[in-house]
Amino acid sequence: MGARQDKKDSQGLAGISRRDLLRSGVAGAVGLAAGAGALAGVRPIDAEPTLSGAGGAHDPGLAGVKGDMDPNGFDATAFLKHFDYGSVSTLPDGQVLREYEITALDREIEVAPGVHFAAWTYNGTVPGPTLRCTEGDRLRVDFTNAGSHPHTIHFHGIHAAGMDGVFEVVEPGDRFVYEFDAAPMGFHLYHCHALPLKRHVHKGLYGAFIVDPPEGRPEANEMLMLMNGFDTNFDGDNEVYAVNTVAHHYQRHPIEIEQGELVRVYLGNMTEFDLLNSFHLHGNFFRLYRTGTDLERYEWTDTVMLCQGERAVLEFTYDHPGKYMFHAHQSEFAELGWMGIFDVTPLTLV
Amino acid sequence: MAMVSKGLLPLLLLAALLAVFARIGPVGVFRAAFPPIEELTFERIAFPQPGLIRVHMVNGGPEPVTVAQVIVDDAYWEHTVTPDRLVGRLDDIVVEIPYPWVDGDPLAISVVSSTGVTFTREVAVATQSPQFNRSYVVTFALLGTYVGIIPVFLGLLWLPFLASVGARWVDFFLSFTIGLLLFLGVDAVEGALELSGRVASAFQGVGLIVLGVVATPLIIHAVSAMGRRGSELTPVGLSTLIAIGIGLHNLGEGLAIGSSYAIGEVALGTSLVFGFLLHNTTEGLGIVAPLARSQPSLAKLAALGLIAGVPTILGTWIGGFSYSPTASVLFLAIGAGAIVQVIVVLGKSMGSHGGEGLRGPLNAAGLVVGLLVMYATGLFVAA
Repeated sequence: MGARQDKKDSQGLAGISRRDLLRSGVAGAVGLAAGAGALAGVRPIDAEPTLSGAGGAHDPGLAGVKGDMDPNGFDATAFLKHFDYGSVSTLPDGQVLREYEITALDREIEVAPGVHFAAWTYNGTVPGPTLRCTEGDRLRVDFTNAGSHPHTIHFHGIHAAGMDGVFEVVEPGDRFVYEFDAAPMGFHLYHCHALPLKRHVHKGLYGAFIVDPPEGRPEANEMLMLMNGFDTNFDGDNEVYAVNTVAHHYQRHPIEIEQGELVRVYLGNMTEFDLLNSFHLHGNFFRLYRTGTDLERYEWTDTVMLCQGERAVLEFTYDHPGKYMFHAHQSEFAELGWMGIFDVTPLTLV
Repeated sequence: MAMVSKGLLPLLLLAALLAVFARIGPVGVFRAAFPPIEELTFERIAFPQPGLIRVHMVNGGPEPVTVAQVIVDDAYWEHTVTPDRLVGRLDDIVVEIPYPWVDGDPLAISVVSSTGVTFTREVAVATQSPQFNRSYVVTFALLGTYVGIIPVFLGLLWLPFLASVGARWVDFFLSFTIGLLLFLGVDAVEGALELSGRVASAFQGVGLIVLGVVATPLIIHAVSAMGRRGSELTPVGLSTLIAIGIGLHNLGEGLAIGSSYAIGEVALGTSLVFGFLLHNTTEGLGIVAPLARSQPSLAKLAALGLIAGVPTILGTWIGGFSYSPTASVLFLAIGAGAIVQVIVVLGKSMGSHGGEGLRGPLNAAGLVVGLLVMYATGLFVAA
């Protein structure tokens, strides 16, 4: 797979042994020449460092990915607010039954405009569908592996060992039905647990699993943000970071929210290769509910750090209209795609 | 006519085969399910003005490559690609990035292809690239003069000394010259081989080296044989050949100087210039060694010095204003080839006037001393 390695080299004289020496010799020669007063107009090498881009180059509009995504591909804006409640029925004992069909598919996805990634997906997207239910519901997930490698679905939550999606590896072409009661309330994840784990996760086999409290949460503008990354050249390091896969998507397409409305973000971290990821909100603070398993506020902050597999529920309200950034507070992740904008529209009185 | 048609038969069959391949495509065994091998090679990174980076690249791989994104120091950045993002085989592109680079800082540029492959080049020091104007032309000319012309002319001043020593010692100095040239030739080949790794693979850096090293001496030999029409090479003729060989070698040095200056890879250290002067002064000694028994005019001597020294200036200009690893490899190989030719001619001339040639102990010692002197003076140039 040599061709997929990062082709890295160093600009320099590379090369020429005796000429390497020359490089240093040259400097002396330059010094002599300067002494001869012949270097008028040529900047000395050891001049004070100056920021070269005074002016236009610091325009924030210059940062970020370039161009547009395939309009027929994954729509991260729609995905943000799409919750899959399954097909609902009631069991004889009155328990709510939610049935889902999930298929593992090999699929090439676009992770930044023009940049494609050979992903392994649940139902064709990364992240997979956001499964949502209420605590105590019976879940029945019919899993078919139409991919090229063995896979599973491992749900976070409380359930029987045989439903944990670890030892019951589903071979390509095979099927498995996971059935368990949704518990506990909170914001959980599901992901493939076939080995090697790192590869199955970073190829895209993960999604969100939200278990609402029986009494529900206060009405809000809700959205899912799963922090993830893509190692497009397979060098063990991510080239693209994002929430919900597409680099800078919510920067190019700001998320509209209304002044004064309650916003609830289900924030999870499925970033591979990096120990941590984070979320920072501009111009505001949010109430933090770690793992969403408790309705008591854990902290009031503007930045939260999550390890891989950790998640949290964030609630906030903007009092002032305008554009506000949100991004990883690791600058590198932010500039490699994990950056977005909330566009707070003024409250209109009808 | 019959002979020509016999020669054409294989070519016609080859053309027919290629036509069939083009029509029906390669047979299944050549197809692979994995992503195509992509290759984009950085030719040059220039910083023409504050807030702008200009990257020259070439597709030296077997397949077209589509440029999707550009990352500068771990940040996706605005950019333009001319003429097109889809880069065909052997096509060149220029990527312009309006990035606020910081003078004196290192920088890494990655180009991300549509399949997610990255091509990365690290720049050791970002510094404004030389513009083609009078000031830089003069600067480079001065650089070339200091490291190329002045040392060679200093070396020429050994001629009166050589004229005063005995015949055996003249052969000693000719052997000394052979040692010196051997050192430079191997050095040039080594430099070319190392640099060939930076040449786009389609341009076959090693192939260029073989071409330069083998073809150059043959061409020089043919041209000089035509010039003298059978008669023996005069001492001045021999010195001219040496000067040409050293000049071509110095062209390679100039390229290196110009390009390293252009990309800001110059460390300070006046003492190193002294090492340089010392090192290259021996080149002048090599040029005048065959002239020990003749009395060349000052004009001829000056011309020899210029033949050997001026290419350094040409090299700094080429290297400084339009550096290309491909051209540099070829120039270095041509320099090495020229030196091969000079060594052969020198060896022959020593054998022709009744001396012992390199088999004589004094002459063998001369060759070794030549190598040692180059090595020792090279220590002063070592950074």
